[in-house]
Amino acid sequence: MELIWQGIREAFGLIFGFDAEVWRISLLSLRISGTATFISLFLGVSAGTALALTRFPGRRLLVSLVNTGMGLPPVVVGLFVSISLWRNGPLGVLGLLYTPTAMIIAQSVIATPIVTGISLAAIQQLPPKLRLQILALGATRWQMVRLLLREARLPLLAAVMAGFGGVISEVGASIMVGGNIKGSTRVLTTATVMETGRGNFDIAIALSVILLLLTFAVNYLLTRIQQAERPR
Amino acid sequence: MSAVAPILEVRGIRIRRGGEDVLNLPHLAVAPGETLSLIGPNGAGKSTLLLGLSGIEQPCAGELLFRGERVPAGAAALAYRRRVAMVFQEPLLFDTTVFGNVAAGLKLRSLPQAEIARRATESLDRFKVRHLADRSARTLSGGEAQRVSLARALAVAPEILLLDEPFAALDPPAREELLEDLAHTLHATGTTTVFATHDRTEAQRIADRVAVLDCGRLRQIGTAEDVLRRPVDSFVAAFVGVENLLPVRLMASGAGGAFAAVLGAGGALEGGTTTGCVFFEIGGAAPGMLLGSEGLLCIRPEDVLVAAPGDRRGSSLNQLQGTVASVVAQGPFLKVSIDCGMRIVAAVSGHVARAISVEPGSAVTIALRPADLYVIPRG
Repeated sequence: MELIWQGIREAFGLIFGFDAEVWRISLLSLRISGTATFISLFLGVSAGTALALTRFPGRRLLVSLVNTGMGLPPVVVGLFVSISLWRNGPLGVLGLLYTPTAMIIAQSVIATPIVTGISLAAIQQLPPKLRLQILALGATRWQMVRLLLREARLPLLAAVMAGFGGVISEVGASIMVGGNIKGSTRVLTTATVMETGRGNFDIAIALSVILLLLTFAVNYLLTRIQQAERPR
Repeated sequence: MSAVAPILEVRGIRIRRGGEDVLNLPHLAVAPGETLSLIGPNGAGKSTLLLGLSGIEQPCAGELLFRGERVPAGAAALAYRRRVAMVFQEPLLFDTTVFGNVAAGLKLRSLPQAEIARRATESLDRFKVRHLADRSARTLSGGEAQRVSLARALAVAPEILLLDEPFAALDPPAREELLEDLAHTLHATGTTTVFATHDRTEAQRIADRVAVLDCGRLRQIGTAEDVLRRPVDSFVAAFVGVENLLPVRLMASGAGGAFAAVLGAGGALEGGTTTGCVFFEIGGAAPGMLLGSEGLLCIRPEDVLVAAPGDRRGSSLNQLQGTVASVVAQGPFLKVSIDCGMRIVAAVSGHVARAISVEPGSAVTIALRPADLYVIPRG
């Protein structure tokens, strides 16, 4: 117990003592996971909406794959992204392995099925006739999609939170494709694993607390947006 | 229908779902400013027809003409769709304010803000929901929500308004009030309206013509009086509330009038004598029916006059003595089943029922106006 309190005190010391390394890895975590969430938002909402509004052979199989993808193990993603970006791999020529970009790619692969699955459910839970009603008001197809997304904004923001939560907390893929290189690809999760391995539990707890605070801050902000501007 | 060129015309439209025809309509024309009611049981194809008329659902065959011009398919139908508005049974309001909802169709047309505000406010006023403008649509009652839905549809000043059972989920007072306001608005704006309902009284209230649909096919179209009084077949008759369908044979007329003999019925005529056959003087029979042919005599319960035994009302020909078999309360009326050699159902007001003591076992006289009796082909 004393160890945990010590870790929490250490965390606040590192934050408010403006420890340069801690701030750098915190901001890098935020940048990598934030970018990956944005990419997954674009891809996932588009794919989820398309799956919700269209009917084609093989759609059910695709939906099942998306739902399976929502629980994609980060180490599996890390493995396949590593193989792809490996020097002799199909994308090895890009030289991205052990860079923040590789981590963004891996985290996007993890978050996209999560955002897709929740977006699909969000659109499907709207009244089936709402789509017809929007068209009956004279909407173009794009206006209809925009209005449907607006109606589903609460669960869509939940999709953003779930996507961000999934990637800010993952460690397997980040360590495999990023390598936990100090000053380059070290993020909060990989640093926590490393410090725990070294027996520096107080620093590991401090990093965990910072990770939790960061996750809370982002989710709090998203929740404020989600719950705001609803008329009474 | 008048000779005015139709604003909307359907030619040979077929809509298929799941490999089956859910709508097959050789022809239907709606005149400008007309209110056409579509009635029919659930699954008759009313909603499908409205979706077809709205340009949202594409038929697999046939064409839709608006002011004589063919409505194109797909995205090209947008210009037509923007001249039409549709209201569904559920209000389907957006998760925003009431004003935001009523303005939605106007925003989709990218109208200037001032114009949106003016037209939305005007429509809110028309449906008496302006005081709710800033309220969240989620907090409205069923009646208020449907008013907002109608205000949203009419805010875009559609040339054609399609209504898909918009009052079905409302309680009777809310329905009455909204029906009144809608009828007034349609009259004031002259909007051509196609109104689907399974309630014939709603259809009667606001329709210039009534079309009866069943299994995706048009069974009859005409004025409300035509359809209710002169149904084309037993399905339409039963659907429009003709509860007495008696098998009859059309008989030669004696003195200019037409007569029908009820098949297999003996009757107790006025005065207490019994007879082996009952004749009715009738108002008419379906076109093409020959004398001597068998048919079904249509008698609406509200046209059966129930009186005290021996009470004479006009010609004795259409009067029968009977005994009340059962009495069931139905809304403001009592549904009285009378055994008079045949079973005839009458709708009796509470006032009359009390005055002449209508209860099971009591003797009554029933009288029928010839003009209210119509014979349709059997089968």
